[in-house]
Amino acid sequence: MLLRFITLLPALLCSLSVYAASGLKDVELRDLYFGEVLYYAYQDLHFDALATLDSELSQYYKLDESELDSFHKHLTQAEFSVGDIELQYRMNQRAGRAIQAVLGEGIDLAIRNQAALALANVFYKKNDPQSTLYALQLIREDPEKSRYEAKYSLDVLRGKEPETFRTDVAYLRALANIDIGQFTEAAKNLQLLRNERNLKGFVLYNLGIALIQSGEEQKGLEVLDELGQLELSDDGLLALKDKTNLKLAYRYLEKGNAREAQRRFERVRLDGPYSNRALLGAGWVAVSLGRFDRALVPWSILHEREKTNYSVQEVLMAVPYAYGKLNAHGKAANMYDYAMDVFADEIESLDDSIKTIRKGKFLTALLNEKARKDVNWVVNLRELPESPETRYILDLMASHDFQESYKNYKDLAGLRHHLDKWLADLRVYEEMVDIRRAYQEPLLPVVEKEFKKLDARVTLRLEQRENLATKLKNMLIAPRPDYLATATERQAMDTINALQEIIITRPELVSEDVVRRVNRLRGAVSWQVNSEYDQRLTDAYNNLISLDKIIKELKLRYNSFVRTRQAATQSYEGYIIPIRQLRTRLFAAQRKLKGVMAKQGRLLETMAINELDIRRKRLEEYQIKARFALAESYDRATKSSMDEEIKKQLDAQKTQEQKRQDRLAKEAAEEKAKLEPEIKPLFEEEAPPVKNSTFKDKLLGK
Amino acid sequence: MLRRYFKNILISTTLVFSVLLVPAQAAEVTKEQIKGLDEQVQDIKKDVLDLTSELTRLEEKLLFPSNTQVSLFVSLQGDKDFVLDSMQIKLDNKVVAQHLYTFKEIEALRAGGVQRIYTGNIKTGDHALVASFIGRAKSGNEYQRSEKFTVTKAVGPKFVEMQISGSSASDQTVSFKDW
Repeated sequence: MLLRFITLLPALLCSLSVYAASGLKDVELRDLYFGEVLYYAYQDLHFDALATLDSELSQYYKLDESELDSFHKHLTQAEFSVGDIELQYRMNQRAGRAIQAVLGEGIDLAIRNQAALALANVFYKKNDPQSTLYALQLIREDPEKSRYEAKYSLDVLRGKEPETFRTDVAYLRALANIDIGQFTEAAKNLQLLRNERNLKGFVLYNLGIALIQSGEEQKGLEVLDELGQLELSDDGLLALKDKTNLKLAYRYLEKGNAREAQRRFERVRLDGPYSNRALLGAGWVAVSLGRFDRALVPWSILHEREKTNYSVQEVLMAVPYAYGKLNAHGKAANMYDYAMDVFADEIESLDDSIKTIRKGKFLTALLNEKARKDVNWVVNLRELPESPETRYILDLMASHDFQESYKNYKDLAGLRHHLDKWLADLRVYEEMVDIRRAYQEPLLPVVEKEFKKLDARVTLRLEQRENLATKLKNMLIAPRPDYLATATERQAMDTINALQEIIITRPELVSEDVVRRVNRLRGAVSWQVNSEYDQRLTDAYNNLISLDKIIKELKLRYNSFVRTRQAATQSYEGYIIPIRQLRTRLFAAQRKLKGVMAKQGRLLETMAINELDIRRKRLEEYQIKARFALAESYDRATKSSMDEEIKKQLDAQKTQEQKRQDRLAKEAAEEKAKLEPEIKPLFEEEAPPVKNSTFKDKLLGK
Repeated sequence: MLRRYFKNILISTTLVFSVLLVPAQAAEVTKEQIKGLDEQVQDIKKDVLDLTSELTRLEEKLLFPSNTQVSLFVSLQGDKDFVLDSMQIKLDNKVVAQHLYTFKEIEALRAGGVQRIYTGNIKTGDHALVASFIGRAKSGNEYQRSEKFTVTKAVGPKFVEMQISGSSASDQTVSFKDW
């Protein structure tokens, strides 16, 4: 029986996470989009987080110089987070692969160790303890504790203390040991964790189980008893404590140790989730001691509780049984009668629920948005119109298999919504592309023509500027004052050169005075050009700088125009084929999703119907038992009533006989005295027995 | 012979109809069934995620080309007692985004998440950005702040982070960071 305890363990893993509000305060955020991924992940919007992260990662991998991108700083965290979020989105297959990639050689030991732990968690959730242990073996001792402070997993990013790493590893190893039957090893590991404050209750619970399974039953029971007496405040741990006490109590009860069982039952809270079973058990303890009157105390409390509960239904039969044992057969028959009414109502309700589920209302209720936002949504599902009676399937709905299937169904509904939205969006995008095409296509040829003209002029000007710059550069090495002569100077020099030519070719026409004046003029112009050369060169450079500013502005405008022209073309070119391909893939995914969703829905319905059917059969059995018990109680009640009546009548007869005897004696004495014989009736007529047969009437009526 | 044939037809028709008409009996649900379906669900999740990644890129390229794209982000580094109720963003004197925060969103921001509150298109050059928020202290006092910033848009996409911070609930302010 105790082996059943272990099934609780996977759920306990969740409690390992101790979140604090510190978060990214110690981590410098280098990429806003990584921050956005965390924003979604922290809200448990796993799909959005994964979609954003996938998108960022794929864009990053396509970059030529990816190390220059801001996302590069978060790359390791991002690659790790993919696996982490995929795990939370229950994509175990992909999460395992992603985390395994981080386990490669040459990676920081702290990251490697955390990846190994995450991978071990994946395997454990997949019920693969052997692989869990293998992944845990990959963890190496790291001498630098501080290196764990680098934030990698989401838990760590959320502020989980790195110090819990070793504890988490040891605890997971112990759980995997239990799963593969290495109880001694598990007990040894768990003994080392006994003082871990965060795991206190869970460690004791598992340690108790491991010890019992390894053959050290007494020690195991003592450990469980220690847990059963802990002073706790956390609701989850209090429930675990109640469960431990309950299990211990039933174990003692089975062994016939009623006193010890009673002590454990008394430790279970009256308002906790195990109170019904504890009240039922407490009654059976009293019965085992032969104290049916005492059994009625806890059972009467339980008798008034929710009638759909297993224990309450059992007590509906147990209470009249106890009354019967106390010879209150009339009361017992009454209560059996009440139980039969309750069972009949419940069976009818179960039948209705099964019909409702078959109509598909259950699945609709599961996806109801209003129910989803309600904290107590499982219980309140039945409040929704035409939804089945969920009180009967609370246990089923809390089970791991149902929860996983339900989450899958909900995820599929979410994916269906995404696909529908994308398909609608694609239609809009197509229309948008058409509108852009219709607007841009007639405009672009005109713009293109103008652009070509302008482009030629711009190119010419740019070439001119380049020539100018080259000349000025050369003039620094080899000065050329004539290059910087003004137009007047160049004109004067041309005139002087013409005169010089006449002087050379026809000297007879020119006087010496003219020759001298021409030479003086040449000297004057040459002097002016050479003496002002430095200043002119500086001015030329300054002008070139001014020109550069204008050229820069020109280039900006030119580039802006080129980009706008390119953007205009790109705003409608190259979309149609990708949109069509994506639409085809979306339709394929939608078809696949519909099929799987239908299967998943049927699975959930089958689970619910099976559970309701079991409950129905059990109630039918109770009904039959109650019917027989009612008949028996009635018989006993009638017999007891008749016995009493007969006794009364006998007593009355005795009294009458006595009276008659007395009277006869008196009469005889008087007769003797008077000697006058007088005839009197010897017997008085008996009164008919009083009928008190309401139970019988009821039984016959039924 | 003919009678026998019709009898056979009748029996098989009855059987078919009885199979169709009888309500589906609850069958056993096996672990293998659950596991098999779970694997199929995981496959679909992978497909849809891959598709979403591609569609997001297409959408970004189509709606927010990099030369005009501007994205505004909100982060929270303020006092723990401060509860952010709402944000309003004005760009060039036009309200472009408004958001009311849920408890989960505030917790995610406090833990270090960053919210992308707006993505749109603007021309190159300077643009006036006004970020306003309304929040509460634990005491119930309400606070409103508004801060201005000039977004200078160049050729590439523009990212601006608006960080709400302050040492106490009453002195929370918005600071801007160009990325």
